[in-house]
Amino acid sequence: MGYNWNWGVFLQPTSTGDDTYLGWMFYGFKVTIALSLSAWLIALALGAVVGVLRTVPNKWLSGFATAYVELFRNIPLLVQLFLWYFVMPELLPERMGDAFKQSNPFMQQFLASMVCLALFTSARVAEQVRSGINSLPPGQKNAGLAMGFTLAQTYRYVMLPMAVRLIVPPLTSEFLNIFKNSAVCSTIGLLELAAQGRQLVDYTAQPYESFIAVTLAYLVINIVVMFGMRWVEEHVRVPGYLGGK
Amino acid sequence: MHEFDWSSIPNSLPFLWDGMKISLQITVSAVIFGIVWGTLLALMRMSPIAPLSWFAAGYVNLFRAIPLVMVLLWFFLIVPHLLESIFGFPRGSDMRLGSAMAGFALFEAAYYSEIIRAGIQSVPKGQMGAASALGMTYGQAMRLVVLPQAFRNMVPLLLTQGIILFQDTSLVYVSALADFFGAAYKVGDRDGRLVELLLFAGAVYFVICFTASRIVRYYQHKLKTA
Repeated sequence: MGYNWNWGVFLQPTSTGDDTYLGWMFYGFKVTIALSLSAWLIALALGAVVGVLRTVPNKWLSGFATAYVELFRNIPLLVQLFLWYFVMPELLPERMGDAFKQSNPFMQQFLASMVCLALFTSARVAEQVRSGINSLPPGQKNAGLAMGFTLAQTYRYVMLPMAVRLIVPPLTSEFLNIFKNSAVCSTIGLLELAAQGRQLVDYTAQPYESFIAVTLAYLVINIVVMFGMRWVEEHVRVPGYLGGK
Repeated sequence: MHEFDWSSIPNSLPFLWDGMKISLQITVSAVIFGIVWGTLLALMRMSPIAPLSWFAAGYVNLFRAIPLVMVLLWFFLIVPHLLESIFGFPRGSDMRLGSAMAGFALFEAAYYSEIIRAGIQSVPKGQMGAASALGMTYGQAMRLVVLPQAFRNMVPLLLTQGIILFQDTSLVYVSALADFFGAAYKVGDRDGRLVELLLFAGAVYFVICFTASRIVRYYQHKLKTA
């Protein structure tokens, strides 16, 4: 195909001169990790709350939780991201919107991306939490209530400790997804891994090297997360359940 | 507070509809090709011939580990190069739609193959045994006995994956291809009405996907009670 391979390109100084192209890649890698981890923590907390609300015997609370999940699951991630980045600052009260628009561009992009990924993922986490709670035998809840626990105590001491351990395997795949989904944030100009890869193409005209490097970086993230989560899974497995010890 | 002005939407409806047709075109072609190629991958993965099963496992795991955005960027880079150098297409001709369709189809096949593999494995082993006892070959047993039952159980999952795929088609934005979302963004950008157009696009996606997922759930319910 007449393509000139040049892997040395990564060690060349960038045209701005203060870094190498490898340095750009590494910077993007760090942004991807920081973005995904921070969004994941928010998604876990929000998803746990919404997932529990979906199962409580109160029409208003469970209705709200259902609407929340449906809203975030039925709009494409890219559209949600643009809504957070372009539309939300316009709809906020003027002072907050202006404060957002005057902050530095990286902060704007990072904040919008983090909120977007966190809420998008929280709806999926909520579904896993709900199905974990629903998979418990109904006798557990009844037994808790019969012992004189309040509903809140039954959740806190009986159902959630079980449900949380059961949903670790499906959460692994959501955790992997959030790293992959973070690549969408390159569309609003956030210089994460995928965006750095595209920037390298523009600056060096070596598209294959740069895309291969970015793809390998995502594979590495994927493998590390998978091994990490396998370790967690082994430690929280419920004895006697499918896949338990 | 923002002052809304929705007047640029009615006039641009034909342009938005053209975009929607591109979104649907990519979705439908990727669903059909994805299910066909996904079925082959699933059969390869379960085949006793080791190289076939390695290939399928490698393919599926590779595509599932890479972000869709990255896969699309790869296809927008490679497909035009390949067509130029192998089939002698004129340089610079617009192959973004073709590249997008190929990228989505090959990417989704990895996800479909996992759904289909689980579906095949959910058919009781006795069915295969009974078919062999009747003198059917492996191919006949798969085609006439196992796959029809597996697909019947899988329909809701395959359709749900189709809805996810429809949402994901918005990512062709990275190639500036004017699908429904790309068209909405262009109109909003042109008229300085990005807020209205983005809200409109979000609402349209929501109505379509919500309705579709309700229909799938209804069908799933009927399948269970049947």
